[in-house]
Order: sequence, then C-alpha cells, then structure tokens
Amino acid sequence: MVRVLLNVPKRVKRDEPFDVKLLISHPMESGQRRDDMGQPIPRDIINSFVCTFDDEEVLRADLFPAIAANPFLSFAVTVQASGTLAMTFVDDHGTVQTETASITVE
Amino acid sequence: MMRRRFLMLSGAGLIVPLAPVRPTHATPAQVAALISELVGDAALHDARVKLDLPVMVENGNSVGMTVSVDAPVGDVRSIDVFAEGNPLPHVLRVRFGPRAGAPRIATRIRLATSQTVTAVAKLSDGSCWRDSVDLLVTLAACIDN
Amino acid sequence: MTWRIALAALLVMAAGEPHSGYQDASPETRAMQDDDASNPGFLWVQQGETLWNQRTGGDGRSCADCHGAAPVAMRGVATRYPLFDARLGRPITLTQRIEQCRVERQGASPLSPDSDALLGLTAYVGLQSRGLPLQVATDGPVRLYYEAGKALFDAREGQLNLACAQCHDDLAGQRLAGAIIPQGHPNGYPEYRLEWQGMGSLERRIRNCMVGVRAEPFAADALELVELELYLGARANGLTIETPAVRP
Repeated sequence: MVRVLLNVPKRVKRDEPFDVKLLISHPMESGQRRDDMGQPIPRDIINSFVCTFDDEEVLRADLFPAIAANPFLSFAVTVQASGTLAMTFVDDHGTVQTETASITVE
Repeated sequence: MMRRRFLMLSGAGLIVPLAPVRPTHATPAQVAALISELVGDAALHDARVKLDLPVMVENGNSVGMTVSVDAPVGDVRSIDVFAEGNPLPHVLRVRFGPRAGAPRIATRIRLATSQTVTAVAKLSDGSCWRDSVDLLVTLAACIDN
Repeated sequence: MTWRIALAALLVMAAGEPHSGYQDASPETRAMQDDDASNPGFLWVQQGETLWNQRTGGDGRSCADCHGAAPVAMRGVATRYPLFDARLGRPITLTQRIEQCRVERQGASPLSPDSDALLGLTAYVGLQSRGLPLQVATDGPVRLYYEAGKALFDAREGQLNLACAQCHDDLAGQRLAGAIIPQGHPNGYPEYRLEWQGMGSLERRIRNCMVGVRAEPFAADALELVELELYLGARANGLTIETPAVRP
C-alpha cells in the first residue's frame, strides 16, 4: 500500500466537469538507472490507472517509465448524481490498490 | 612506423572487438514508426491537440505536462504521448470513458534530454490529430551525491 | 584600490536583496509548490500528520497526546530553529528536537535522519509555520555557534577550493550550467527536490554541496552542520517559511 493524496471538490454541480487531482507516493523506478556498483536497478513502476464513477469509466491510462516519480495525475470528471469515485492502479508486481472518494452533487 | 606499432599492440592482445553498444535513447524514426502504427491508414492532421510543455526544462526528472484535444470528450478515443529522445519513447496512453469531463490529462513526465515530444489523439471517426513541442532540457549544475 | 571597492559593490548588487529560492525557480516549479494538491511534499506531510497522531513508544503516547493539535501547538515553532538546548549545551535543529522528543519522552525507537518518517514529521511541523518569517536568534548562548557557522560559510573547502559565500553571496543570481545560483536559504526545508525525485533535509543538501566542491562532507549528525544551519537560518531571517518547498 502506497500513500495517496486525493483532491476532489467538496461539492460539484450536476453535468458540470470538475477536476480531480491525485498524487501517488511511488519512486517509479525507470529501469534505466544504475546503482553505485554499476548494476542496473530493475524497473518498478505503476503501469496502469483506471478511474471509475459508480462503476462507469472516467478514464484509463497506461503509464510508462517516463512518468515522473511520485506520479501526479489530474483530469476532469462529469457526474449527474452523488456517488463514489474510485481510482485503481496496478504496479509491475501486479499489486492492485484502490482509493475512493465521495462526490456530492449539490 | 604506425603499422609496426599496430602489430605490436594486436600481438599483445590489447586490441579487442568492441561489444555492440546498446542505444541509450530512441530515435525520431522509431517514434515515427510507432505513430504510423497507431494511425494506420487514417489521415494525421497537425491541429486540435494541445501539448502543453515548457520549452526550457529546468530539471528533466519532473516536467509538468498537460495534453488536451479540441473536440467533445465523447469523440476522443485516445491520446498517446511519445518522447523521441528518451530511452523508451512511449510516455503515456489515455483512453476516455463516458464519465470523463474533458479530453484532457495533466501529469509530470521524465525527459532524458533536449528533444521533440509528440502527442497523437485518435477520434471516434478514425481521424488522428497531432501536436509536438521542441524543448531544451538543462542539467543540474552541481553533481549531487 | 577604489576599483576593488566598486567591483565588490557591484557584486553585492548583482546578488541582490535576500530572497527565497522560490524566485529563482522556473514558473513550472513554482506552480508545483503553489498547489498543495500537486506538491509532492504533501505526501510526506500526510505521513507526518499520521505519525503526529500515532501512539508509539514505551508509554504509548502520540505527539498529539502531549502537544495537542499541531496547527495550534506548532505554529511559529519552525521559525526559531536551530536554537540553543540548555541541557545539551549546544544548538539543535528542529529535526533533532523532534527526534529527542520521540526517543526521550515517548520512548520510541530512533529514526534515521533522512528517513521518510522523520522527514514527514519535520515537514508537518514546518508546515504549521508556513508564511511566517524566520526569526532565528543569534544572541546569548548561541552566539559562538553562529560565528562558527559563519566561518564555515566563508571558508574555502574541497578540491575546487570554494566557499559557500562565493557562490551563494557573491554570485547568486548568475547562472551555473543553465540554472540560476540561488542565495541558499533554508526557508523551504524539508523540501521536495526534482533532482532527488523525493523529499530531503537541509543536511542532505549541504552535504551534497560539499561533495559538489569535492570536499569530504560533514557527518549527518555533525555539530558543524548545526552551526551552518544556525548561520543560514539567521541569514534568512525575515524570509517566510515555505515548507514543503519544491525546488529543482
């Protein structure tokens, strides 16, 4: 389990896009670096990300080693009623982590 | 004179065959091929996509990037970003779903060196749109660590 | 003789008024710092907040159990560090104070100085002083240590034979390999450095700088580092705390 900072607005308007900001604590080891002994440091990144709202997809992304460490993602969501935003990401080991946030439509 | 010295060196076994050098970065040709594969037979237009990246990059470890498409979000199938100067050229692929609020994503990327970064968007009608940014990546002044 | 004075005056002018390294960073780096939702330093602040409230150690007490809520209890605290610890008879940094509290009063096991946990706690405490001006004392029992710190700042060191003052006083504002040389203020620490791809302490930065001039860096717990930080803090008095800052 890695640390995640998720920012969503407290209240949103129905059918009006709002921004979601996500920070994930992860070194995103590219696989291109070498250690002090000259040995390659193996790749170890979060490679996929899916955001859904009440089981409907918002977006899905394939992430590659060029995504910077401690990945930041920001994108827009539109909803019609209050519900749950879920963000799931998978790393190179196959570890799956999901973070959720309630979205309240005023 | 030179020939004698050469023979002496090879006799001493000092001349060794060089191991093949692994390329340290992708090439514009590689990215062009990836884009070609992505686009297929469709036409590729240089419009409608906005790739927002600073032209002068202070530190290649983390560069803020926003890519967006001037089209209704429901019409945008995918956005791909390529960095021709990175060891691995594919940076990101995004696909938008029914709850997406806008055909836009912001993130931070790594850039190994000064290069051209390209974004290609595919719309549901099959058309493809592109934007690219030529940027300069500066290195840290002090050797850290 | 007068041309030397004129040149010195020009150099001082070029270096400019004391200003935060924030102003020397690119607009993109500043934007990263300005938005708490996109500032990676807040991943560490979040960890620090969790630790502040976590019961630990022999008596199972949290920082909150003694101090209460950090935004109230820790407000202004970071502006005064390093400061003199009467019992130890020497100045200590904020991180050292936090560790002292954890080990002696909570009975918790020691954390290493550049551990995420200690960086997180220091960043969380530092955040409670964000926007407040540094007011590090230089009089009283710290005076000698302050002078020692200044001497370290002014002394040439390393194979490159450079003193901190030469880059960060005389040449601040000019460029070194494309980057603007900052004045070297400590007001953003612990900070997220793009070069590190992570969070780090002022100690780490100073030690890296020493390696940069090819000098043997001070040990992480060396008194010299505290003296230097005391001098740097006082030198930056008036500048506001930006913890957790983002820098290239």
